[in-house]
Amino acid sequence: MSVKAEPGPGDIRRTGASKPLVEVRHLKVFFPIRQGFLVEREVGRVHAVNDVTLGIEQGETLGLVGESGCGKTTLSRAIMRLVDPTKGSIRFRGEDITEAGRRRLEPMRREMQMVFQDPFASLNPRKRVGQIIRMPLRLHGAPRDEAPDRVRELLRRVGLHPEHANRYPHEFSGGQRQRIGVARALALEPSLIVLDEPVSALDVSVQAQIINLLDDLQDDMGLTYLFVAHDLSVVRHISDRIAVMYLGKLMEVSPAQELYSKPIHPYTSALLTAIPIPDPEANRRRGRVAAGGGGTPRGGVAVVGGEPPNPVDPPSGCVFHPRCPRATELCREVEPPLARYRGGHLAACHHPLNVSREETVATTRDPSSPLSAGDVLPDGAAAEGSLGTS
Amino acid sequence: MEERLDSVLPEGVETAVRSDALEETAEREHVAGVGPWRLAARRLRRDRIAMGFGMVFLVLVVICLAAPTWATDVAHTGPLKNHLTDTVVVDGERKDVVSLDGVPIGPTWQGEFFLGADTNGRDTAVRLLYGGRNSLEIGVLAALITTVLAVWAGLLAGYARGFTDAVISRSLDVIWAYPVALLAIALGTALSLQGLQIGPIEISGESKLIPILIIAVVYVPYMARPLRGQVLALRERDFVEAARAQGAGPVRIMLTEILPNLSSTIVVFFPLMVANAILLEAALGFLGVGVRAPEPSWGNMIGDGVKHILTGPHLAIVPGIMLVATVLALNVFGDGVRDAFDPRARIHLEH
Repeated sequence: MSVKAEPGPGDIRRTGASKPLVEVRHLKVFFPIRQGFLVEREVGRVHAVNDVTLGIEQGETLGLVGESGCGKTTLSRAIMRLVDPTKGSIRFRGEDITEAGRRRLEPMRREMQMVFQDPFASLNPRKRVGQIIRMPLRLHGAPRDEAPDRVRELLRRVGLHPEHANRYPHEFSGGQRQRIGVARALALEPSLIVLDEPVSALDVSVQAQIINLLDDLQDDMGLTYLFVAHDLSVVRHISDRIAVMYLGKLMEVSPAQELYSKPIHPYTSALLTAIPIPDPEANRRRGRVAAGGGGTPRGGVAVVGGEPPNPVDPPSGCVFHPRCPRATELCREVEPPLARYRGGHLAACHHPLNVSREETVATTRDPSSPLSAGDVLPDGAAAEGSLGTS
Repeated sequence: MEERLDSVLPEGVETAVRSDALEETAEREHVAGVGPWRLAARRLRRDRIAMGFGMVFLVLVVICLAAPTWATDVAHTGPLKNHLTDTVVVDGERKDVVSLDGVPIGPTWQGEFFLGADTNGRDTAVRLLYGGRNSLEIGVLAALITTVLAVWAGLLAGYARGFTDAVISRSLDVIWAYPVALLAIALGTALSLQGLQIGPIEISGESKLIPILIIAVVYVPYMARPLRGQVLALRERDFVEAARAQGAGPVRIMLTEILPNLSSTIVVFFPLMVANAILLEAALGFLGVGVRAPEPSWGNMIGDGVKHILTGPHLAIVPGIMLVATVLALNVFGDGVRDAFDPRARIHLEH
């Protein structure tokens, strides 16, 4: 009760007692589309990240999930300050780094590192592995004579041979390259590592190895991860909390187990059903609803058909409504706020799934809701419909 | 262990096992790693034709560098020394170097006047070697300056994009818009008359620096444009983003991340650039705006020789052959370098 009594701009989430390591507030990243000869005019904007408020606690792993083009990579790069935010703020350890220049960011760069999606593009083909891993050490003024030892140690830490330092990236497999990328990120002993789909370019068997490696490293070094992925199966094993993004907005934020056992947002539910099941019979049974066909399946859980709308011109109201099997007139007109359910579970939906009437009625508007969201919280009636399905 | 496997396993399996074992020992012993440079050098070494022509070029360079030795010890004359009224003994017969009606002596195939003389009675062979020194010097220096300018222009334009790119690219387009030879001739004519004065630096019209600078500047866009394109592609690669995420500044990124990736392009361009520069110098020399007479260069020797093509054909033919040999050797070698460093033929030199 008393916790609820102090909503303010500073109140992002209170799952932990400490201040979050990273706080993103109402972050917007738009990319202008320019056209014209000689004099360029802005003809539109890609709404890559559209009012996202999010906190990452020290030591946790936050999984960030969504389809391609939903803005998850842009969000992670904005946190790394690799793309400039259009609006909103980013705080790291309480310090506002939204506008910080390269000099001011330097101490921050030590603390946050990134692992990239494509292990073939993220390592300079003209540099030896040792040089690649040494680069952050050099940039941040590590003594020259200490570097080789540190490189060997880092290589050993990520499961490679220290002798590999003298080789070139093209001599390694995808999984090994990703290990090199991890070693580079670890070089400065950062507290936050942004993992931008670190395993989606790898074979499934190698994916597991890398995820286990990341898990071990987190345990040993107390790392905080922002783990970006495009499907929910990968983040399941590593995440403490999961944020689901769609078209630049957060759809659902929840502790990982909660999300898998009772997804509240239809989009999350659709993503869950998109996880392939090894049994083809079972896979067929859960049904696949193409855009415009089939109707709502019994569970309200459908594999969503069609493509995400154009982020240059996002739909009105709830951005998911054109593809949502449960969409109503309300969804077309009013953008749902992030409603707070039990157990630190947030979801932006007018017609939530898997929650009881009482729980739905008890929801409150979370302060991390987008500023453009309406005040309409999901009502019990809508929840009633979904109850039977769960 | 391996012996036993040999006898048990079918052939395919056996070789597979063995290559595995080999790889493992290789991993332990040979840890230095084979870099892109070494791979390319290995490919180049296997290319017999390219290596052969590379050798031809080297021999030409060595011969030209030996010009003073030839002049003092064999021909006993200098490149600028007139022997209009002298005589030379050929096969025991005494002959005029330049006959009374002005026809120079042809090749004697002996130390003095090995390749004959020109209309001023100067030793063609000596002038040929000294001329070669000039031509090669101009070719190599011009190509070096072109490379340095083009790399900077390409890096800056490609990395900064936007306004910087527009300024650099449009300036290069202005040079690009003129035919190379025409622009070089125009500049050559103007500069060789007045010399060049940039601030405190003054270059007289007679200096070899004039043709070097002209040739260097004229070729910059031909090299800078493909480099800029490559930089535009490279700057979007993740490893550049990674460097930025680590806090590297733009200059460091350009020099340590992007430049090494341009190196194969530069290496491929360089021999071809030298060949082009030598050719352009010859064209300028032919028209009398390159190396200033009486200093020899292959171009101005051909230019002089053409006037006497009927009476003394060797005057034009001999430097012509040298020029063709040098440029051919460089081009074939350059093609070999391209095949070795750029097997997918992504680099194009536009003309």
